[in-house]
Amino acid sequence: MSLLSIQDLSLSIHGQSILDCVSMDIGPGEICGVIGESGSGKSLTALSVMQLLPEGAKCSGSIALSDIEILQADEKTLCNIRGRAVGMVFQEPMTALNPVQTIGQQVAETIRIHQRVSRSDAMVQAANTLRKCELPQERFPLSRYPHELSGGQRQRVVIAMAIALQPKLLIADEPTTALDVTTQAEILRLLQRLVAEDGMGLMLITHDLAVVTDIADHIVIMNNGKVVECGQAKALHSNMNHPYTKSLFKASTHQPERLGQVEDTVLLSVQNVVRDYPMARKSLIKKPAPFRALNDVSFNIYKGECLGLVGESGCGKSTLSRAIMGLDDTQGGVITLNGRDVFADETAREKMQVVFQDPYGSFNPRHKVGRLVSEPFFRLGRSATNDEIVESLVSVGLEAEDRNKYIHEFSGGQRQRIAIARALIIKPELIILDEAVSALDVSIRAQILDLLAKLSTERGLTYLFITHDLTVVKAISDRVLVMRDGRIIEHGDTKTVFHSPHHDYTKKLIASAPQIQPVEGINI
Amino acid sequence: MLPYLIKRLGSLIVSLFVASLVIFACIEIVPGDPASFMLGVNAQPDTVNALREELGLNTSHTQRYVSWISGLLKGDLGTSYTYRSPVSDIVADRLQVSVPLALYALTLTILIAFPVGVLAAAWRGSAVDLFVMGATQLGIAVPNFWFAILMVIVFAINLGWFSAGGFPGWDAGILAVIKALTLPAVALALPQASILARVMRSSLLDTLSEDYIRSARAKGLSRRQVMWRHALRNAMIPVLTIIGLQFSFLLAGAIIIENVFFLPGLGRLVFQAITQRDLIVVESVVMLLVFAVVLVNFLVDLAYAWVDPRLRERS
Repeated sequence: MSLLSIQDLSLSIHGQSILDCVSMDIGPGEICGVIGESGSGKSLTALSVMQLLPEGAKCSGSIALSDIEILQADEKTLCNIRGRAVGMVFQEPMTALNPVQTIGQQVAETIRIHQRVSRSDAMVQAANTLRKCELPQERFPLSRYPHELSGGQRQRVVIAMAIALQPKLLIADEPTTALDVTTQAEILRLLQRLVAEDGMGLMLITHDLAVVTDIADHIVIMNNGKVVECGQAKALHSNMNHPYTKSLFKASTHQPERLGQVEDTVLLSVQNVVRDYPMARKSLIKKPAPFRALNDVSFNIYKGECLGLVGESGCGKSTLSRAIMGLDDTQGGVITLNGRDVFADETAREKMQVVFQDPYGSFNPRHKVGRLVSEPFFRLGRSATNDEIVESLVSVGLEAEDRNKYIHEFSGGQRQRIAIARALIIKPELIILDEAVSALDVSIRAQILDLLAKLSTERGLTYLFITHDLTVVKAISDRVLVMRDGRIIEHGDTKTVFHSPHHDYTKKLIASAPQIQPVEGINI
Repeated sequence: MLPYLIKRLGSLIVSLFVASLVIFACIEIVPGDPASFMLGVNAQPDTVNALREELGLNTSHTQRYVSWISGLLKGDLGTSYTYRSPVSDIVADRLQVSVPLALYALTLTILIAFPVGVLAAAWRGSAVDLFVMGATQLGIAVPNFWFAILMVIVFAINLGWFSAGGFPGWDAGILAVIKALTLPAVALALPQASILARVMRSSLLDTLSEDYIRSARAKGLSRRQVMWRHALRNAMIPVLTIIGLQFSFLLAGAIIIENVFFLPGLGRLVFQAITQRDLIVVESVVMLLVFAVVLVNFLVDLAYAWVDPRLRERS
């Protein structure tokens, strides 16, 4: 008998249908990967199992956990099941822990609300669970607060909270999406080990096919609230039936076509740049040493090139992009665009534009798209003409009428197109893409990458592509820089760096990145 | 923690120093002679000169500032011109009314606002919540002196439970003091409690939508447990800020209520001193109030650090 059996689960929230006849089974010791893009209903399926749904939610069908029918259970039974029989790990480790309680208290709480044990016994158990999650007490005392830990360490605490009572089922909702690749690999290994040791069933929800294909026994693919395909991981990978599954796999390994020529002229030159941040004062007497975010960084970008810049969070990628745009003063070095110093000569910056990661936060919600797109002109003391606005919107695949709409009327992918239109309108030579496709679903990401490739072919645009995602860099860039602790530790031709990396860190980075083997013969 | 404490303490001292300069400048340096201002337009030149001598106005600004500050530090606030007695004695008298009244009103404020705010947040959107939102709206909108007059009619005149005004002094016993201060404290507390309950509610609602609340629910905590163990403490920062502001306000801003109930408090003292042009009293009492406000803010800062471990390290 399976551990968790979901049969014909339908869910509506305030009358709007969200899930439609979802069925899946998870057995003990089995890893079930649930894959889908945003809005596919995968997280709400998980929350239905926990019955932690938003207000106005109505479920029908059946969710059986061993012999308990979850949809019939009262709140008291559910509180008993949560944390004891089913543990859950969420996506965002930075906010999943209570900031005013120590990690020991938070792990011990799971134990103390379900079992009659003394505070000190619960703390001993919490310490053991944290050790199991690779946070030994010697290095990470129970008295630590969440803000004293990194993202990966916090995620281990969240996992410890979820498995403290050795639940039969663990639900992990995008547990590694917010983490760096090397941390992601460690957390996935930890989850795999826990499943093997304790015989838990694991429902692993993700948008990233590569994360799941390696470790899952069973895969469920969801789209628009329905299960479109499911089966054994290996069998599914070699024999996909549903067109959506095929398009998902295809988008994940998508290779955009760029035909532009790279010229020999240097467009952007960064020479020996140093950027220090002042640190908070810890001692009364000693002045704190500054934090060196960029340490002697030098590189060139040639006209028409796409240069990838990869590195994990905190390595200095965004600091570098801010320095290039002249937003932050540097403490040494020279940055020139077309031979003009970006700090000394403000007009030099007119030839570069930036597209940021968050398509939701980077627009003023109170202006219409037409005005938002013409913003780069404001510095020049004029506003864009109607023709210019229409041209830029059309060039990114939007309609001329879209200029009269507000930003909330657009989806994430469309907003990112608007951000690109805003960058293009002033006819720049260099576009800095700072994690510009990281927040997008794979199919949308493939479309945006195609758009960028097309624009660079048509207009000879140069890109600085900053990302933590190696797959994207591999797909689009000509050369790649690898950054760590404020230094460029490796650079070279994309193919060379990926095939024969020199630096140990680059090797580790490439090895950690989950990969899907391209599947032959998929036609859509 | 220590750098945080020292930094807060430093900012307390700097605030006091700057405030003392501003008060001194406003009263003693700006054009116009304090002595002739105090005595009015019809005063004889001899009288004005005598007062100038008494006030030390013939010495330099620096000398006067230094002697004023050193007097303050020793507890010597000068001698009131109208009352002809040491300002420190008058102020001490008034504080016997104002401090208990402010504390009484603040306690009532917190006792009303906390449960009401928690209840409204826990039952968001329900009839309870709607009632709380309506009632607090009313509490803020209705002027408290009008409410005070109503209470006097009902509870003092008709029912005779409390006194309608005046302060019997602490010698009359604690019961008499409570009888005298209850109605003014309630009148002061109602609008403040309405504000605080609303702040409490919205801060709790923000906190309840945080990810860690969902994590806690996933551990098996009930709604009620989540509220007490996780939400309340995290929601305290904005609430503490408002409580700090309210205490400062209650200490000095009770002037209308003091007038309605005929209470000899600080607010009335300042008001009378201003109308009687007794600048010595005004100067010292204003400085004292600034000290109280700055001190309360310092205590609120300490409370922040106690609530939130992240603030202990930030300097």
